[in-house]
Amino acid sequence: MGIYSKPVVFAVLSALVILVGTIVTVFIPLFMPSTQPVSPLIKPYTAIELEGRDLYIREGCNNCHTQTVRPLRTEVLRYGEYSKPEEFAYDRPFLWGSRRTGPDLNRIGGKYPDSWHYRHMQSPQGMFEKSNMPPYGWLAENPLDTRYSIKKISVLGYGYSAAEVERQIADYKAKVTAADYDSKETRDQVTPEKLRNDLTEMDAMIAYLQKLGQDVKNLEATK
Amino acid sequence: MSETGYEYRVVRGFAFSALFWLVIGLVVGLWIAFEMFNPALNLTPWLSFGRLRVVHTNGLGLGFGLAGIFATSYYILQRLTRAPLAFPKLALAHLYLFNAAIALAALSLFMGMNTTREYAELEWPLDVGVVILWVMYAINVFGTLLKRQEKQMYISLWYIIAMTVTIAVLYIVNNLAVPVTLFKSYSLYAGANDANVEWWYGHNIVGFIFTVPVLAMFYYFLPKATGLPIYSHRLSIISFWALIFAYLWTGAHHLMLTPLPEWIQTVAIAFSIFLIAPSWGSVVNGYYTLQGNWDQMRSNYLVKFFILGITFYGLQTLQGPLQGLRTLNAFFHYTDWVVGHVHMGTMGWVAMVISASFYYMIPRITGNELHSVKLANMHFWLILGGQLTWTITMWIGGIQQGAMWKATNPDGSLMYNFLDSVTSLYPYYKLRFAAGLVYFVGILIFVYNLVMTVRKRPAEA
Repeated sequence: MGIYSKPVVFAVLSALVILVGTIVTVFIPLFMPSTQPVSPLIKPYTAIELEGRDLYIREGCNNCHTQTVRPLRTEVLRYGEYSKPEEFAYDRPFLWGSRRTGPDLNRIGGKYPDSWHYRHMQSPQGMFEKSNMPPYGWLAENPLDTRYSIKKISVLGYGYSAAEVERQIADYKAKVTAADYDSKETRDQVTPEKLRNDLTEMDAMIAYLQKLGQDVKNLEATK
Repeated sequence: MSETGYEYRVVRGFAFSALFWLVIGLVVGLWIAFEMFNPALNLTPWLSFGRLRVVHTNGLGLGFGLAGIFATSYYILQRLTRAPLAFPKLALAHLYLFNAAIALAALSLFMGMNTTREYAELEWPLDVGVVILWVMYAINVFGTLLKRQEKQMYISLWYIIAMTVTIAVLYIVNNLAVPVTLFKSYSLYAGANDANVEWWYGHNIVGFIFTVPVLAMFYYFLPKATGLPIYSHRLSIISFWALIFAYLWTGAHHLMLTPLPEWIQTVAIAFSIFLIAPSWGSVVNGYYTLQGNWDQMRSNYLVKFFILGITFYGLQTLQGPLQGLRTLNAFFHYTDWVVGHVHMGTMGWVAMVISASFYYMIPRITGNELHSVKLANMHFWLILGGQLTWTITMWIGGIQQGAMWKATNPDGSLMYNFLDSVTSLYPYYKLRFAAGLVYFVGILIFVYNLVMTVRKRPAEA
């Protein structure tokens, strides 16, 4: 057997052998639009939602929460409409996860008011005594860093202009700092006084969570 | 140190690096195991579960796993080619850079620089570092193979070559990203494609770090430790090619019932079932090697590690494909069952084989007798008992959780809310933590035994 005495030939042959499955199941699907369909009804994340998503990534929330509802009866009962491929067209990276230490979050948007999230992130155990979720109150003590928002949006090709990004940030700031914000009382409780008129990391995280699963309703409405 | 000028300093350096990262990784593992039933240990952002879990997986996968692979493969490479390493200085630089990179990796993950790609969480500057390290390693692998004194390449060398080539392809393709800053990048792929690329990587990085090079160790050290030749050369040829061919098709069994196109999922199921054959090819080859010499299970402490190790590999490679079947996957996926599955492979197969390989190798490269066979036996029983209790606890917990998620009342409504399914697992998490402690003590004995072995003066031996 000649190849067992020719290391370079052996290496090339091994490479070819491992590339067959790789090409068929990974490379070819990359160039098939049907793998990741795009729908005009699913909107890209706004700058604030994207910053929140990056915090979700930084904190490794995906280690305990999935973002994909499977088409199973009890799963749809528990979480809502099962996940559709179009929903993930703007997800770089994807955050489907692999373990549910906590519940799936793909349909969390709009399920609870912002105030629920402020309170829950501040102290999960305050809300559910036996929960094992780590507290994230310190997110409200960090001002939100938006220095790279414009660059991020442009790298991801979401199509918002620099002016639109700045307006999204200003609008969201105006919303959560307004006197008539429906979750003002809870936000003020968890946010240190000096940051109450600024955007915090917790604000962005909640904006992201509230976006999850919102657009799929439009998608379903057309079917 | 050696009569033929073999480079053993780097082997020893990587072996003790592996032990160092093993202890660190297990301490982090115990910490997060505690957090699972008592969140009080989430003391600071750096110690919160979401960040620490990644330090645990990377510390053990990259730190312990890779260092163990580098140590044993640099040794095997020189012995099987009967040639010293082609570039010994490069290998030493590889050793120092490797440890610096793992330390930086741990630090960056503590700080939350995390791409979320499982087992590829490092941000792009560290990815570049990993690629450089891999090239440094590959130069020595192929350099040494080209100037070898032994014409035929033995089985272990095939596995080392396949790993070297495949890891390069996997790591580069999966980590392609567009940098935003030095500390932040976005994946090149979106949504379903990103998931497909990541789990093609995620499944195969386990295959080509925790299977292929560990098989290289098994095929080399088992005959060495027992004085018995591998049962069938032909079986090892078939197993090798079938394994590396089929592995790459199966990543999508991690994405069952997700929005990934169904045909990719189905192809992955088919190849997963096929993979049982080449996996068991190696298991059978291992068992039959001992044919007629099973008394060595009692008389030779190393054989216990290898045979139990390959047994866990066999169980792992049966359990894995079954979990990939749609019906079973719908029940088990996302539960602790899968956590148990992974840990049978890592705590059972990988750790057992690396332990025995080190016990064989370290005395030979230092010229000292092993400090204590009695301690090695104690190490064996502690990690065996610890691992079995750990994994069986998680399987039972996983079944319970899966059942609670699916349970419905007669009127069709859900029987349990999600929190019920979490809190009902706390007793299992406590038992898992205790089992982890037992395992950890076993590992500490392992480390102590090897430290005492190298500290002995050769004159005393």
